[in-house]
Amino acid sequence: MEYVVIIIGAIFVNNIVLAQFLGICPFLGVSNKVSTAVGMSAAVLFVMSLATIVTYLIQTLILIPLHLAKFLQTVTFILVIASLVQMVELILKKVSQPLYQALGVYLPLITTNCAIMGVALLVFKKNFNLVESVVFAIATAIGFGLALIIFAGIRERLELYEIPEAMRGAPIALITAGLLSLAFMGFSGMV
Amino acid sequence: MSLNLKNELIRGFIKENAVFVLLLGMCPTLAVTGSAINGLGMGLASTAVLLGSNVVISLIKDLIPDKVRIPAFIVVIASFVTVIDLVMNAYTPDLHEQLGIFIPLIVVNCVILGRAEAFASKNKLTASIVDGLVMGLGFTFALTLLGSIREILGAGSIFGAKFVSADASTILLFILPPGAFIALGFLIAFVNKVTKKKA
Repeated sequence: MEYVVIIIGAIFVNNIVLAQFLGICPFLGVSNKVSTAVGMSAAVLFVMSLATIVTYLIQTLILIPLHLAKFLQTVTFILVIASLVQMVELILKKVSQPLYQALGVYLPLITTNCAIMGVALLVFKKNFNLVESVVFAIATAIGFGLALIIFAGIRERLELYEIPEAMRGAPIALITAGLLSLAFMGFSGMV
Repeated sequence: MSLNLKNELIRGFIKENAVFVLLLGMCPTLAVTGSAINGLGMGLASTAVLLGSNVVISLIKDLIPDKVRIPAFIVVIASFVTVIDLVMNAYTPDLHEQLGIFIPLIVVNCVILGRAEAFASKNKLTASIVDGLVMGLGFTFALTLLGSIREILGAGSIFGAKFVSADASTILLFILPPGAFIALGFLIAFVNKVTKKKA
């Protein structure tokens, strides 16, 4: 039951993009086509779960026992995430060529995706244990994917309409995201 | 590199404004601008990090091998973020509490890495200081403006000072998440309109 609450909360109620504003850059950047949105979501799901496990273990096994968490957390986490992304890229290239081709282009972009680092930090704010953290990371990534794919679908349609010149591009995308966020607010109070 | 102050200011505030024109650093822009004071605080914190990292990177640019420059930049930035995080925790605990995880997340703010890569790693110290200040203040300006608009519409106050009666109904939407997207969307459209006319 506890896990159900975490999952529903992370996907719908506190959607990472639409309610917490993490990962806005890829949300606006790679949402022109549904197919790229799917690829990006898969890459995020993969890296987010991995990064959360690794940073959780580093924090609880190394940083906290050595009393370094307060001032080394930021530096450690960003370096771990950056090298992790690089490593995943190298391993994928060797092990699974099709998967690499599907996710490859999105992987370098993920280092600067603040959603990854955000989730790694959030699990400590929420005092989750390791299993809860992993569940939270996976659910958050699904929520990210859901928002990204819906948004890409809307934007594909939006291309077909005539929009005032000043509103083209980013402004209309942001307003669309606002309306989507409004729709997701309907989920609030569910958990 | 000319250091014409007026041109530099126009560049940072309008022409190359990180938020309105380059669309960088969107996460903190949207997340912390529920009130003007939060926007200002976040902007100044980012400016301090940007200034520090620009100075250090400009000083050590010749020592860093080209291949590892991005990780090196990130470590410099992350160190300054940690400093700011601890300073804010000590002197402005309320603001620190409200900005929450967005302070450590300054690390992944693309404005800062962007300036390090595009400017500080190629220019002399003074030019990098000016660039850091100007771009940082432009970012602060954008955040404060968006924060003010949202606070005025959503809470009927500015910098915490209420100017409508306590029971007046305000457009609550604007301090909620959807309002951030919508307000920024219209603000960018407005900037587009104005700058297009001039050109």
